[in-house]
Amino acid sequence: MAKFTDKNSYTILFAIIMVLVVGSLLAGVAQGLRGKISENERFEKQQNILYAMGVDDNEGTGSVNFISTKEVEATFHKYIKKQLVIQGDEATEDDNAYLIDIKKEETHANDDSNYKRKLPLFIGEKDGVTYYIIPMRGKGLWDAIWGFVSLDKDLVVEGVFFDHKGETPGLGANIKERFFMDDFKGEQIMNGDAFVGINVAKGNNDPLNERKDDQKVDALAGATITGNGVTAMIKKDVARYIPYLEKLKGAEMKETTETVQVSDSLQ
Amino acid sequence: MALLSKKDSRLILDPLADNNPITIQVLGICSALAITAQLKASIVMALSVMVVLAVGNVVISLLRNVIPGKIRIIAQLIIVAALVIIVDQVLKAFAYELSKQLSVFIGLIITNCIIMGRFEAFALANKPWRSFLDGIGNAAGYGLILIIVGFFRELLGSGTLLGFKVLGDPIAKTGLYAFGYENNGFMLLSPMALIVIGIIIWVQRSRNKTLIEE
Repeated sequence: MAKFTDKNSYTILFAIIMVLVVGSLLAGVAQGLRGKISENERFEKQQNILYAMGVDDNEGTGSVNFISTKEVEATFHKYIKKQLVIQGDEATEDDNAYLIDIKKEETHANDDSNYKRKLPLFIGEKDGVTYYIIPMRGKGLWDAIWGFVSLDKDLVVEGVFFDHKGETPGLGANIKERFFMDDFKGEQIMNGDAFVGINVAKGNNDPLNERKDDQKVDALAGATITGNGVTAMIKKDVARYIPYLEKLKGAEMKETTETVQVSDSLQ
Repeated sequence: MALLSKKDSRLILDPLADNNPITIQVLGICSALAITAQLKASIVMALSVMVVLAVGNVVISLLRNVIPGKIRIIAQLIIVAALVIIVDQVLKAFAYELSKQLSVFIGLIITNCIIMGRFEAFALANKPWRSFLDGIGNAAGYGLILIIVGFFRELLGSGTLLGFKVLGDPIAKTGLYAFGYENNGFMLLSPMALIVIGIIIWVQRSRNKTLIEE
């Protein structure tokens, strides 16, 4: 006698029930955990932005330590003074600019050439120094890479943060380790008046990164494509902000010359 | 009474050495090559596979009399995939940091042939408790090899263990590096994992004559 499980009708019934049970189970789990997950993602973004401007819990030179998730919300509002959305020539303030999905903006801009993409820019202040923090997104070897770079008013890098979705552990994944990220500090992204970005360079004979004005940091062994991805990401995304930052810099210079004139006339 | 009968304890001990999933059955090689560049990643992968394999084995074993033979592979796949997704979501909600570190590994568990192999070869024909032990045993055997390979690759390739610089600093030239020692960057690439596994198989076979084929 054939087993009842061999019947076609039973097989189809089993398949339908299994799909329904597993499907609703997964939907239930996803729905139930969604709030918690999106909160975690929001905190992570705040942690990353703060990390790029040097607000972190790092000790010594070992591992990356963010501000703890319990304090990050308050710390974020303390240090980030302004969040701007730059669209074309206009910049508007928006306290939720850090939630803008850069990936969506990029697809939208690619699909529709008339679309002026929203560029979020975060202005932070720590110990009297102003930081301009720029979000970036690019391609690694296997999947997306992204990060934040903070610049001071002279367009010198004050700090970076990189992360990745699926780079090889021990190789490309090391872009989020301090020995790689710390090298970017103090590098200049401009060569004179021209925007160059920063090259992740192999064999630049500068493993300790002592030359800060060469627009180069030492690459990771075995992670050529991830490194090239980082270079391309910085070139592509930071370049979009250069006109705005130059304008800010110009405005500031004008302001200082004006005050000088005023004090001259007072004398 | 002992916690495990002699027959049951064989289920755990056999896969550790004489019937190891990687070195004897040559299953799960792909993940053993891909993620063993660091010791930490190896340990985490070993633990994740253990959870999924033990729970999956029990579920399959409970359903073994009702799963239709014609679609059993698909049924097994759906169960593994569902388990992996649940583990992933729970980690994202309650251990976000950890889930970031694991990222791809969690998804990769689905493709691990040891899991489908044990479902098919053991859980479909055995009771839940024995299937559970079989899952733990096989995952431990898999994890053991992963950790050995990860240990040598991280030590020789990066000069670190779990991220600690055990051999000194290669850039500041301290420790061993002061004597002209260099890291072997080749160890970070996957072909060297295959060679390390080959050496383990060689050692194991030369010590245990019953494993040598005619």
